[in-house]
Amino acid sequence: MTEKLLEVKNLAVSFSAQGGEVQAVRGVSFHVSKGETIAVVGESGCGKSVTAQSIMRLIPEPPGKIKGGSIHFNGRDLAALSEKEMQKIRGKEIGMIFQDPMTSLNPTLTVGDQITEGLLTHQDISKADAEKEAVDLLRLVGFADPEARLKLYPHQFSGGMRQRIVIAMALVCKPSLIIADEPTTALDVTIQAQIMELFKEIQEKTGVAIILITHDLGVVAQAADRINVMYAGEIIESGTVKEIFYDTQHPYTQGLLASVPRLDGDRSKPLIPIYGSPPDLYSPPAGCAFAQRCEYAMEVCSKYAPPVTYLSGQHQTMCWLQDERAAGMRGPKVTIK
Amino acid sequence: MLKYILKRFAWMILTIWVIITLTFFLMHSIPGDPLDVGDSGGSAAASENLRAYYNLDQPLPVQYFSYIKNIVTLDFGPSMTSRSSTVNDMISSGFPASLQLGIASLVFSVISGVALGVLAALRHNKMIDYITMIVAVIGISIPNFIQSMLFINYIGANFDFFPVARWGTWRHVILPALALSSGPMAIIARLTRSNMLEVLTQDYIRTAKAKGLSARKIVVKHALRNALLPVVTIMGALTASVLTGSFVIERIFAIPGIGQYFVNSISNRDYPMIMATTVIYSSILVFMMFLVDIIYGIIDPRIKLHTKED
Repeated sequence: MTEKLLEVKNLAVSFSAQGGEVQAVRGVSFHVSKGETIAVVGESGCGKSVTAQSIMRLIPEPPGKIKGGSIHFNGRDLAALSEKEMQKIRGKEIGMIFQDPMTSLNPTLTVGDQITEGLLTHQDISKADAEKEAVDLLRLVGFADPEARLKLYPHQFSGGMRQRIVIAMALVCKPSLIIADEPTTALDVTIQAQIMELFKEIQEKTGVAIILITHDLGVVAQAADRINVMYAGEIIESGTVKEIFYDTQHPYTQGLLASVPRLDGDRSKPLIPIYGSPPDLYSPPAGCAFAQRCEYAMEVCSKYAPPVTYLSGQHQTMCWLQDERAAGMRGPKVTIK
Repeated sequence: MLKYILKRFAWMILTIWVIITLTFFLMHSIPGDPLDVGDSGGSAAASENLRAYYNLDQPLPVQYFSYIKNIVTLDFGPSMTSRSSTVNDMISSGFPASLQLGIASLVFSVISGVALGVLAALRHNKMIDYITMIVAVIGISIPNFIQSMLFINYIGANFDFFPVARWGTWRHVILPALALSSGPMAIIARLTRSNMLEVLTQDYIRTAKAKGLSARKIVVKHALRNALLPVVTIMGALTASVLTGSFVIERIFAIPGIGQYFVNSISNRDYPMIMATTVIYSSILVFMMFLVDIIYGIIDPRIKLHTKED
């Protein structure tokens, strides 16, 4: 469990656009150990999907570009590999699951064809054997009559079933890591729960490590071992689920948790939003990116970027409140207009 | 499936019948008839005889029903411009040449059009893209008779390998086919390019990439098939017009095809020939549309041929 499978260090990704460069990911570091599930959480546009796609080297280059940092996976730096070498890793050692199962399958090819093509590409295997594997996989992801399903086309399945197919597709070469980019966002809540249950089951059976990209804290709470909270292209807090949920240290994480509607809460009270909007990543602020929206912001926050503070256990955060001279979150709140 | 095909076939026959009927009455509604074009010095008696020979002395409904009766047996009647031969003779002597030329230019325009379109899309906003699209614009905007002249002048006249006129061997086909195909090729290239560009941004292309497929395999297996659907759509009409010959091209290269009849029959008021060319053109068109619908179903399984009519 402690052996590191993937280690991302200081990853920086930019997109050149008219009028400048969008710094979508600004020095992200995290790691995934064998067989564990980590989550990357954050609001839209915080760079979580870009981070995921950079690991697979799927960001379109140009306009995208990995500006710096390393992505060590099983001893190789993926950021430095050629496209040809990368093709041997994609699908074979790292599988990827995308957000919208309605569009991520090719409508003109049968499901069987799409599941087996990864196998046929990466392994020396006969078509019949590949189909046998596909049948086993479809059974694993919960289809009762997998043989008949192979011949069907994507439009003959519902959204939840398609996501199961996409998961089967990602698993086909028995990768050691799966990157799931918002795998449940496009699905109904009941289907979401089933899919998350499926991830757990698959992990128990195959021991695959999972990077779960999501903005849904509910999904994270039940599925992940560790959480990385991203904001404006940086990981501002990370730790185990317990540490993040019960010992929240960053005001942004606190804001996220406070804005989740609760079934057992008082319904007459309005939800507590985080006011304002994320900074413009064309020209990220010099100080803490969250300072403008932070209820605890101090003078130093908008001037200097906060250092990473290592707390107990796995817990770490990037916030000036951790400085011994600050009063922490117990200090007075600043009123925000 | 069989039921669907039979049903479509019945509709095809009905469509062609409507076209025949409309053309027949429209043609006859034009004042005058083929035999009183000017004063050619013929006697009144001769004129009466000819009228009887061509059935023109009968009331229009009678003419119509006898025409329909003949056409069911594929008898297009005697031609009015060529005394010795029937329309059937003229068509069957000219059609093979037009068909060969048409097929050659169709094959060439589809292969080169799709290839250029794909290439341009893959090298979007690069040199190859611009060059390809310039070629396409030239293909569309320079009339093919001017292209023919250029081909004859610069290729045919300098290389004996390419005959500049007449018909016979496969070498005779090359220059006219090239001239005839440049327009369709340009249309196909532009259409393929724009569809390809759209398809390449689809999520399933990214999925295919995430599986570790090579760029070539992604294009051939995942993108091209989806990008070709609109191309197939225009192929129906394109095929019909290319297969029935081109008046201009056939004239320039002195090819004994049927393209000339489409034009001459109207100025000559050659009633049987007007009807024959109309029937041939519309039959090919209607059949191609049918074929396109079948191919649709094969390319994209979401398009169902059997509707829920029964």
